[in-house]
Amino acid sequence: MDFIRNFPFFSIVLSLFSGPLSSILGGKWAKRVNLAVIVLCGVLSGAVLWYVRRTGEAFVYTMGHFPAPWGNEIRAGILEALMAAFFCVIMLLCMLGGTREREEEIEASKQNLYYIMVDLLLCSLLALIYTNDLFTAYVFVEINTISACGLIMIKQNGRTIEAATRYMIMSLLGSGLLLLGLCFLYDLTGHLLMSNIQESVHAIAASGQYQRPLLVAICLMCVGLAIKSALFPFHTWLPDAYGYSTVSSAAILSSLVSKGYIFLLVKIFYRVIGFDIFSGSKVIHVLFVFGIAGMIMGSVDAIRESDIRRMIAYSSVAQIGYIYMGFGLGTTEGMIASIYHVICHGATKSLLFVAASGIMDASGKSRYFKDLDGAGHRNRLAGVAFTVGSLSMVGVPMFAGFISKLFFSQAAVGHAIKMLPTLIALAISTILNAVYFMKTVIRIYSPMKTPVMDGKTAETENQETMSGNPAPLPEGYREITVRQQPIKAAAMILFILLNIMLGLNSEPLIGLIEQGLEMFS
Amino acid sequence: MILFGIGFSNLLLQKNLIKKIIGLNIMDTATYLFLALKGYIDGRKAPVVVDGIQSVEAYVNPIPSGLVLTGIVVSVSVTALMLSLTIRLYRRYHTLDLDEISTLLKKEEK
Repeated sequence: MDFIRNFPFFSIVLSLFSGPLSSILGGKWAKRVNLAVIVLCGVLSGAVLWYVRRTGEAFVYTMGHFPAPWGNEIRAGILEALMAAFFCVIMLLCMLGGTREREEEIEASKQNLYYIMVDLLLCSLLALIYTNDLFTAYVFVEINTISACGLIMIKQNGRTIEAATRYMIMSLLGSGLLLLGLCFLYDLTGHLLMSNIQESVHAIAASGQYQRPLLVAICLMCVGLAIKSALFPFHTWLPDAYGYSTVSSAAILSSLVSKGYIFLLVKIFYRVIGFDIFSGSKVIHVLFVFGIAGMIMGSVDAIRESDIRRMIAYSSVAQIGYIYMGFGLGTTEGMIASIYHVICHGATKSLLFVAASGIMDASGKSRYFKDLDGAGHRNRLAGVAFTVGSLSMVGVPMFAGFISKLFFSQAAVGHAIKMLPTLIALAISTILNAVYFMKTVIRIYSPMKTPVMDGKTAETENQETMSGNPAPLPEGYREITVRQQPIKAAAMILFILLNIMLGLNSEPLIGLIEQGLEMFS
Repeated sequence: MILFGIGFSNLLLQKNLIKKIIGLNIMDTATYLFLALKGYIDGRKAPVVVDGIQSVEAYVNPIPSGLVLTGIVVSVSVTALMLSLTIRLYRRYHTLDLDEISTLLKKEEK
């Protein structure tokens, strides 16, 4: 047995133990340990990816060497390793991008607690990605929830505590449903390992018995994970949680935590239920409808928002809608598009959060649009970064968002009933995206002016800004150059490069996702 | 199942935070009861070795009990976390009603 096969287990245990270790260290050392662990996990996952590509097949690592139906297993294929490596990269960049805000906003004595939470979060994400056992997945879902709650409320004020409470309530509803779904499935099949369940599910489906309990189990698990990843009707907790927490928390929550649940759902579709049974059930139509509703309602809410952080948060609702719409198509192309969108949204949304914090810095910490005029000139790099992120979200060619939109529409073409609604929804939501992102971009590049305006659409604002006069900088507004914030600047440049790379050079990644999905079944 | 429904709707609909937490616990307990019920086989004993190992036929399925134990640990920690959050909110705003807290927050910002 090759030594590399231990790597997924090593990375989980490494991040798990760095948490308790950080609790006895001071804030500075905890930070160093945390960064080192993230880098190490990234390298280990990269090695696993390389190994799996070379051997061409997924491997199963039996925990404690108990054979299949009894033991607990870790399974690593191309898709798992790819997602793990990607999550590590994004998490590293998020942590780097928010370093200064964290040090300002969190009390000095509580710094190390933050890093414990991040370590545990990384551990649970990696475990969610690699595990081959449903109940282990449930336990790590709970760990993920608790540490995410810690990340939200570490900045101690009323807003964040309230946001954390709302988040917990919705998440607990979600995990309750997930647990009940798991119990149903365990009853039906008598197994907890994903591969064994799949065999039994196929046998059950073929025998024609117990169809309804099976459907109920699928429904419960889908709804549970949909609540946890903030699919449209269950998104009420999201704007508060993303909008008021510290920058790196918001970036990590939006681009990693919800994506971890989505990846678990993909695993359940493929590895537990089997894709043909899943796409034959009626659940996918429900997901499709809610996905489309989320795409449009999320964007409408984002347009009405006057707060830049909350606007980005609502845009997440719309993007999650895209991903579920891809699931709802029920074809392999739809799944590939969704998984690509998971990656591309992770890279873009965290860029937007970090850039938005840079813009807010240059505008006296204000988070409202009316104070942001000309921020793109005062903090040039953040302005450029925000523009790149916006263009990518809108789906301009060359950036990551374009590719995933292209794949969604390709996947939709040829689908008899769902083609028209998908394409229409894509078009509408692209226009809505363009309205609110371009509004912001125009705003941050327009000259400063004193009167407050109430323009609602991009056009009227554009006209009004043309007539604005440059004024002296009010208090708190300052120029920020790259040298003042080297770490954040580096993180933003890396994010921009990642985005353009995803946009220009997507074939190898798509190839990897295709191979990974093949390995799943 | 009925218990699960009661707990679920309590968690979702109650305004009072403490009642929400009670709802959560009812929901979890319902799930554990369901699991324990499914694991029980009539006329067999708990899988504990007392007088030598008997045949497989003598014991009930031990896995659901294991799952229930894990689940209880999870729900205890989650409940503790929720209660501590509630204490924080109560100390700050002197109310347990989540909607009232939101309105207070909005006033604070203006």
